[in-house]
Amino acid sequence: MKYSHANRLGIFICHCGVNISSTVDIETVKKALTGYPGVSLITDHTYTCSNPGQDMIRNKIREEELDSVVIAACSPSLHENTFRKTLEEAGINPYKLEIANIREQCSWVHSDRKVATEKAISIIKAAVSKALLNEPLTPISVPVTRKALVVGGGIAGIQASLNIANSGYKVILVEKEPSIGGKMAQLSETFPTLDCSQCILTHRMVEVERHPNINLMVSSEVTRISGFVGNFEVTIRKKKTYVNAEKCNGCGICIEKCPRKTDSEFDRALSKRKVIYRPFPQAVPNIPVIDGEHCLYLLKGRCGVCRDVCGPGAIEFEQEERFVKEKVGAIVIATGYETFPIENIPEYGGGTIPDVIDGLAFERILSASGPTGGEIRRPSDGKVPKEVAFIQCVCSRDPEKYFSYCSKVCCMYTSKHAMLYKHRVKDGQPYVFYIDIRAGGKGYEEFYQRASEEDEVLYIRGKVSRLYREDGKIVVEGTDTLLQENVAVRVDMVVLATAIRPSQDVSRIAQLLKASVDENGFFTEAHPKLRPVESMTAGVFLAGCAQAPRDIPDTVSGASAAALMVCNLFASEELKHEPTIAGVDEDVCSGCGICIGVCPYEARELDREKRVATVNEVLCEGCGACTAACPSGAAVQRNFTDKQISSMIKAILA
Amino acid sequence: MAGKPKVAFYWCAGCGGCEEAIVDLAEDLLQVANEVDIVFWPVAMDFKKEDVETFKDGEIAVSFINGAIRTEEHNEMSFLLRKKSRLVVAFGSCAHLGGIPGLANLSDREELFLRLYGRQEGIENPDNVVPKTRVERREGIITLPGVNEEVRALNQIIDVDYYIPGCAPPPNLVKDAIKTILSGELPPEGSILAPDKTLCDECPRRESKPEKIFLKEIKRISLVDVPQDRCFLAEGVFCMGPVTRKGCGERCLGANMPCRGCFGPSSYVTDQGSKFLSAVSSILETDDEEEAARLSSTVLDPAGLFYMFSLPSSLGAVFKDRKNPNILKGSF
Ligand SMILES: Cc1cc2nc3c(=O)[nH]c(=O)nc-3n(C[C@H](O)[C@H](O)[C@H](O)COP(=O)(O)OP(=O)(O)OC[C@H]3O[C@@H](n4cnc5c(N)ncnc54)[C@H](O)[C@@H]3O)c2cc1C
Ligand code: SF4
Ligand code: SF4
Repeated sequence: MKYSHANRLGIFICHCGVNISSTVDIETVKKALTGYPGVSLITDHTYTCSNPGQDMIRNKIREEELDSVVIAACSPSLHENTFRKTLEEAGINPYKLEIANIREQCSWVHSDRKVATEKAISIIKAAVSKALLNEPLTPISVPVTRKALVVGGGIAGIQASLNIANSGYKVILVEKEPSIGGKMAQLSETFPTLDCSQCILTHRMVEVERHPNINLMVSSEVTRISGFVGNFEVTIRKKKTYVNAEKCNGCGICIEKCPRKTDSEFDRALSKRKVIYRPFPQAVPNIPVIDGEHCLYLLKGRCGVCRDVCGPGAIEFEQEERFVKEKVGAIVIATGYETFPIENIPEYGGGTIPDVIDGLAFERILSASGPTGGEIRRPSDGKVPKEVAFIQCVCSRDPEKYFSYCSKVCCMYTSKHAMLYKHRVKDGQPYVFYIDIRAGGKGYEEFYQRASEEDEVLYIRGKVSRLYREDGKIVVEGTDTLLQENVAVRVDMVVLATAIRPSQDVSRIAQLLKASVDENGFFTEAHPKLRPVESMTAGVFLAGCAQAPRDIPDTVSGASAAALMVCNLFASEELKHEPTIAGVDEDVCSGCGICIGVCPYEARELDREKRVATVNEVLCEGCGACTAACPSGAAVQRNFTDKQISSMIKAILA
Repeated sequence: MAGKPKVAFYWCAGCGGCEEAIVDLAEDLLQVANEVDIVFWPVAMDFKKEDVETFKDGEIAVSFINGAIRTEEHNEMSFLLRKKSRLVVAFGSCAHLGGIPGLANLSDREELFLRLYGRQEGIENPDNVVPKTRVERREGIITLPGVNEEVRALNQIIDVDYYIPGCAPPPNLVKDAIKTILSGELPPEGSILAPDKTLCDECPRRESKPEKIFLKEIKRISLVDVPQDRCFLAEGVFCMGPVTRKGCGERCLGANMPCRGCFGPSSYVTDQGSKFLSAVSSILETDDEEEAARLSSTVLDPAGLFYMFSLPSSLGAVFKDRKNPNILKGSF
């Protein structure tokens, strides 16, 4: 059905139950707008967004042959899309709709019925004058590259990659370290079920490696990202590992024969590894890498034993770094976290007392594959510590000196640590210093209770005020805020639950992606409740601790949600892009160039030949910066023209 | 009353440059003079107001009025010419937009008088005597036209049919405009008889523009050397070219001076000054508010710069007029 009548506009006023009608007198509004220029119908409904409400709108559009519609209801951020569809179903262009927000901007913020009613009338008049000038628009179609980039191969990146790949789409998983697995690979057992971390993780790592849809790129980093949702172009730097992964069969003879050792990062420097190494035995891929900073051959030209012993000749000292360009349609950020370095916390003996370690180091001590084979021995002399203090909230919840946020996982892993310690050192005594216990989560409170009751962990509520060495012991002083008295415990080892903070590479990644991060460096979600896995940049999704401190269950469910969003995006061959974007009137534009640098999305370009600015319709997000900047009046914002805005102002002031 | 069309020229508050622009037509002027009957042109010919009054309403084909509306005499003559003419053309920036005299609106009338007749260097006027509209002397009564509260553009007191912009309008534009009007093939009413793109479009310096223009510093033209072929704005010197209608012949740019905006904005822009302000504030190269404030404070006379020619017809002035019905069109 096509309507050619000019200006047949209908107004639909919503009561929103009583949300609007209790403060705005609908009858008065209807009277005031009857006969308003251009208006040919005005009616109301208790819930315009309900099915009967929408039926009514559709019927009226057809019966009255309306060509544009004003719906006076709640904020357009809620139902604009609903109503656009309604218009489309009734046969008129969805962009001939205007929402007059008389709820958030009127009924909810006023109590005086008279004032609110008058204001509602003004708001609707303004919407009418804009609606009369709305052009019919068609969404812009953009092709989608159905391949995803996942940055970071911790459990978040692994989960997201597997979910996307299992849905039939290609994935490039980029991990900066030689193996995927992230922090979860370092953990011993996991709260609250105490299942072995590696046992539940490694088969997924292997699945990633074997998956035909996943292109795993380790020892790699993303260096450039351009483009936009559905059409990103990324450059990935493959760092030098000096081992040709194609030739290597993973036999490991090189590692065995390498004469030089250095601290193992994976074991948090509690053990040594060879210079040609895999971070841990179950590393995926199973290909060793050479640590160029310590390799005798690379540093001094001596040795080269690995090359000599390697059967397939996979060692390539002359290897160069490589840059790979890929096109992807969506990006998942799963760059995870770091723990705050204990060297930066001297007040807790960090960096000076060898038996003060952080939680991840203790995970390694607990781990059967760790430096002590799972026996609890302290770093300084290998003795079994008979008393251990665990300190929670180190640098977290400390806005004066460090970070104001809660690191979320420390309460639970400290319970786990104390409990596992007690399981292994039967006559040992664990103490936990805490502010309060946050055990919200399935089975978490029970887990904490078990630690404090069954495993006789001594919980001391209070912050540590001083920590020092005395007679071979470490003295931890604090105030027990429950007993209101000072306490001092003399222990053999201290484990600090240091703050979780974003991977330090994050600001670079955020810049590459034009995605925003919060004041602590964690990626910001588009909406904290309703769009929790989308970033502020279309087509870029968030997973795991890159977004906020969280435990494995939350990481995995978030990663699956992010994967689902990616699959959603890939479900169609093209994307629809909002058409309410900027345009250039070429008859007016003088090519002054002012708008070009103003555009935050790099959507504008100067065509020097034609002497006009052009707009890349796909890149344009319709922010309006160019329209405000354009000095000649050539830049227009579709359906937000100067003429529309001034007619709205006139309608309000009239 | 057949014969050649009757044409009138009149000047209000202007500098004489617009009259000069007509004389500048040189031999073309003679040709025009041949085709028309100049019935009123105070600067060149000895006709009086009374002569104009004898015409029938609409008898004059076209009146070209230049200069801003400053005094009661300007009101009176404009009303009279409007009545007697079929077409009225606002000639030059002052009649078109209020022009440089319009900057007087930044002060009120009394302040202006005191400044002009009292506090001026070299003037001794301890009693603060200011001009009066009526003085009685032994010789008789002397009257002077009153000075209006504010300066106006011509279309703010009478209906104007066409505009020839410029300070002063360049001869070729004047010639074309006169030809068009006399040809009888009239452009839409209210047209500005100049191209409707802004100056950058035909600026000889345009090729030097970088891909993106940002302002790190705002430089004053008197203190820097801008090479003849460089875009002023890109060099950090405010140039009103982006917000000013083209057609001027780029005389200022040729003299290595940035555009000051005398042609007014394109027809798509209402307020030239605020448009320029919003354009340049968009390209200040800083996200820091303090730095932006520092940069802005280096513009010494923003109103004088952004509204050099258009203050009386700026949005603010027009809005003020609306609230004050006494200064609405024709009600002086
Ligand atoms: C001491 C301790 C004990 C814990 N115990 C438990 C527990 O028992 N149970 C539980 O549920 N949770 C536990 N957690 C929390 C758990 O570690 C996290 O929830 C989980 O590891 C988060 O996974 P992730 O993938 O988001 O981050 P990560 O594991 O940090 O993975 C991020 C990956 O991204 C890579 N990366 C980073 N930047 C880049 C880049 N720019 N380019 C490419 N790759 C990059 C990293 O190398 C890493 O492989 C514990 C945490 C700590 C500190
Ligand atoms: S700012 Fe306006 S006139 Fe200048 S190039 Fe951009 S669109 Fe054209
Ligand atoms: S800003 Fe001025 S100097 Fe630069 S191109 Fe435009 S008119 Fe020419």
